[in-house]
Amino acid sequence: MSALLDVRGLEVRYGGIVALRGIDFQVEEGEIVALLGANGAGKTTTLRAISGLLPIRAGELFFAGTNLRKHGADAIARLGIAHVPEGRRVFTRMTVRENLELGGYAVSSRRELDSRIEDALSIFPRLRERIVQRAGTLSGGEQQMLAIGRGLVARPRLLVLDEPSLGLAPLIAAQIFEVLRDIHRRGTTIVLVEQNAHAALALADRGYVLRNGEIARNDTAANLARDPAVIAAYLGGS
Amino acid sequence: MHEFLAQLANGVELGAIYALIALGYTLVYGILELINFAHGDVYTFGSFTALVVLVALRAAHFLHGAGLILGIVAALAVAILACALLNAGIERLAYRRLRKAPRLAPLITAIGVSFMLENLIELWQGAAPVPFPNVIPNPELEIGALQVGVQQIVVVALAIATMVALHYFVKRSRLGKAMRAVAQDRDAASLVGIDVDRTIAITFLIAGALAGVAGFVGGVSFGSAWFLNGFGAGLRAFTAAVLGGIGNIAGAMLGGFLIGLLESFSTWFIGGQWSNVAVFSVLILVLVFRPSGLLGESLPEKV
Repeated sequence: MSALLDVRGLEVRYGGIVALRGIDFQVEEGEIVALLGANGAGKTTTLRAISGLLPIRAGELFFAGTNLRKHGADAIARLGIAHVPEGRRVFTRMTVRENLELGGYAVSSRRELDSRIEDALSIFPRLRERIVQRAGTLSGGEQQMLAIGRGLVARPRLLVLDEPSLGLAPLIAAQIFEVLRDIHRRGTTIVLVEQNAHAALALADRGYVLRNGEIARNDTAANLARDPAVIAAYLGGS
Repeated sequence: MHEFLAQLANGVELGAIYALIALGYTLVYGILELINFAHGDVYTFGSFTALVVLVALRAAHFLHGAGLILGIVAALAVAILACALLNAGIERLAYRRLRKAPRLAPLITAIGVSFMLENLIELWQGAAPVPFPNVIPNPELEIGALQVGVQQIVVVALAIATMVALHYFVKRSRLGKAMRAVAQDRDAASLVGIDVDRTIAITFLIAGALAGVAGFVGGVSFGSAWFLNGFGAGLRAFTAAVLGGIGNIAGAMLGGFLIGLLESFSTWFIGGQWSNVAVFSVLILVLVFRPSGLLGESLPEKV
């Protein structure tokens, strides 16, 4: 059986600088996989390469058997990968509803779109109260909810999240992780890049540790959370 | 009083034309942050395509009774289609490959395309102004103290109907939302499945179509078409777009009418030779004191 997402020898360069030097990783259907590592290790670059936002120098990317290198970012999104980017990137000058509608851009049936938006709103009731507001007027936590909600309206097979808790109050971050657990329980596979390694490893099944554009470690989340080297580097000491 | 109302009507008519052209500048700026200097020449092209269709139909003695209405609709439709395709063609051939180049490159390219179009239109239609067929009957109507021509009413009504349609298209339709999304954040738009290249191409199609409408009503209104018309009208419309807040649709409409009124009234008060001074003084004042324009926010609401 082949993995839902299969990345082999992925290499990305910015100008002359090598950002990813041939990384391999797999995500099975139904898993939560965390990508850990210091700033500049290549986590965000990996996600952006998967989503088609960056040109790939070498390597192969397969999603459900489809070669992603043959597709642009918009086509990759339509294949069933929803990428919730770093910094949320909601459409700040559009309303909450319009943002959610755009999440379902590929959905042609109005009824289907409305029912998916309804689902997203039931996951994030806060957004319902803000539905006619411009996204730019939302708090950071609400914008993160909107960014995830926008991704969910696409009903992705794979949800890719880049730093979903960055800049959020601990309580809000905990809520976000709770929602991710719930989304996963409903059958969505998740790849997660996260500064908060504690929370990420508590949520994930497996983890990869990136260092200088390479995979340095690859283990179950439980083992990584126990590993002294990982603890020292990413979990803030003992 | 009579004279005042007449100038008001002239200003609104001029303003409607400028507003239509300004929308083309603002739509393209909103989505690409490019000032499409060729846009004024697309407007000129629209005037000439409408003119050619009307001349041909008149020569075929088609423009009588119901044929007149059909002929006008045909000329308008051909101008819209021709300008939409021309504008999208310019984007495809000249601007798309410069999408990742420094911003100066597409700007200079736009100026180059403008020169090319002007010279091609001159080759096609000559260097002298060509009279625009006087097809719309133009009896003067008296509304109180206001005297307006039927032509003026047609021009303004057509322009306003076009702007209302555009407004609803951008606000409500799926493609309109995609245009706004691409204007705000190209990467985020592609992550929700929007084909960015296609959306930009559609924006140029729409901007071109608006220039086509403007070319037709401009030909009707001025009674002639000239290969350099688009240069002056384009600069005034660009001023209008900046005045309203470039990238802002409502701003382009407001700016268009304000510049039209300013031109009309400055011609009346201080003489036609000074109207350019008045209009471009506004451009300078806006750029100095309120660069985001009347309706623009610090970051203009794009598209």
